[in-house]
Amino acid sequence: MMRALAGALIIGLVAPSLGIYLVQRRLSLIGDGIGHVALTGVGVGLLLNQSPVLTAVIVAAIGAVGVELIRERGRTSGDLALALLFYGGIAGGVVLVSLSDDASSNSLVQYLFGSLITTSPQDIAVIAVLGGAVLFAMLMFRPALFAVSNDEEYAKVSGLPVRALNLLMAVTTAVTVTIAMRTVGLLLISALMVIPVAAAQQVTRGFRTTMAAAMAIGLFAAGSGIVVSAEADTPPGATTVVLALAVFVALTVGAVGWRVVQRRRAEPPREIEPPDVVLQKA
Amino acid sequence: MQVTSVVEVKRAAVGYEGREILHDVSLTVEPGEVVAVLGANGSGKSTLIRTILGLVPLRRGEIDLFGTPQRKFRDWARVGYVPQRLGAGSGVPATVGEVVSSGRLARRGIFRMAGAADRQAVKDALTAVGLLDRYSDPVSTLSGGQQQRTLIARALAGKPDLLVLDEPTAGVDAGSQEAFAAALGRFRSEGGTILLVAHELGPLRPLIDRAVVVHEGRIAYEGPPPEPAGHHAEPDHDHVHPHAVQPAAGICEWAPTDRIAAN
Repeated sequence: MMRALAGALIIGLVAPSLGIYLVQRRLSLIGDGIGHVALTGVGVGLLLNQSPVLTAVIVAAIGAVGVELIRERGRTSGDLALALLFYGGIAGGVVLVSLSDDASSNSLVQYLFGSLITTSPQDIAVIAVLGGAVLFAMLMFRPALFAVSNDEEYAKVSGLPVRALNLLMAVTTAVTVTIAMRTVGLLLISALMVIPVAAAQQVTRGFRTTMAAAMAIGLFAAGSGIVVSAEADTPPGATTVVLALAVFVALTVGAVGWRVVQRRRAEPPREIEPPDVVLQKA
Repeated sequence: MQVTSVVEVKRAAVGYEGREILHDVSLTVEPGEVVAVLGANGSGKSTLIRTILGLVPLRRGEIDLFGTPQRKFRDWARVGYVPQRLGAGSGVPATVGEVVSSGRLARRGIFRMAGAADRQAVKDALTAVGLLDRYSDPVSTLSGGQQQRTLIARALAGKPDLLVLDEPTAGVDAGSQEAFAAALGRFRSEGGTILLVAHELGPLRPLIDRAVVVHEGRIAYEGPPPEPAGHHAEPDHDHVHPHAVQPAAGICEWAPTDRIAAN
């Protein structure tokens, strides 16, 4: 339980710190796609009797770099290429897992939806080290990553190493997806990258505050997700995502309500102006 | 000693996917000059400056920036680029200060944290465009003209020697256009060089030293900025009325569609 909680909290903190750049670039679904590709990596690992986390990191990173290179070439043809990559990734994963010695539907579900209870101390060490590295990169390069995500052409003209930064994003996305695989599972990872950001930006004004708020929401959702799932005997990954969505809904409703109250207070109700042009009746 | 040109384009040709947009274009911008590239929509004027900035690859010819071949040019902090509009502008909020701070990255590099000099430069740039009081406001709450001024501030924050602006006045209200012209005037008086693309000059006209008209991928005219009256006589004239920005924008709807994509 403590191990599960530690792993979940790390993911809850790291995923939104990366997800904010993906949301800013309108690539909210990319984590999902990389998750599909990572499943092929899991299949390779099980088939070769290697650590599935290791092979998943490698295959997901190759996939993410491939996606980035496709994206760089132009967005129109990229859409279809991404679809092929994603479906190839999940189909390949299912086939490879079924071919392995560990071919029970149980092992597949474990990766698709997460299985924190089986997390070993070794897994936690891997999650902590890789998660710490991703978090460091996201905070350290925040101004540069913000510039590239906000306006890629401007960043290029500024002489920033745009391609290196994009590849850094691709690889860190793959790493985050893979370490989160045990917590929320490959099908719900993207949710932890995106939903806290979506929730935070309902109430924030700047990028930095959004990032901090998203990380706090991610931490809260992951932590309470583990506790609630243990109490209610529900799957931890899905519970975490549901809680994050609940925060999103609460903040959205709260922000809308707050704005309505502010507006009522700011300006007294005015009379409706008469229309400029009055149509004459025939 | 000979003074090196800020921008030198020699017999440049540019194209996308087999179709050539610019044929044999040559252009020189000297230090301290303000040059306007004019032309109808689809004439290739935006392509020309995007090529100078290295955003579009050159097919033939050469481009030098500050006397260095563009391919080897690394001193990008000397160039301040002002795009037509704010980037994709997704849902993630960003304050005016945060956007303008991006302009310091070219100077300080990606490994160094922002220091006092960076913060001061951002404040100076925002003061120059009259938006310092909006520092902590999300850019999404600004008007189109104020967003344009934010982009100019972002370029000025890097303390460039050359400003390159792509249609800076398109769809900008008259008040912002004046503030814009004032900021550019100050930049020029401090020795800065300006290269801008415009569909119409409006209040920027008094600043312009030289105009270059691009027509069908070639330079059709080079000299003092054409007067509105004479310019009206041209078959594809730009309708220049500062108060009539919207009708002018409508022209593009009637431009040949096969060339719009290239702009």
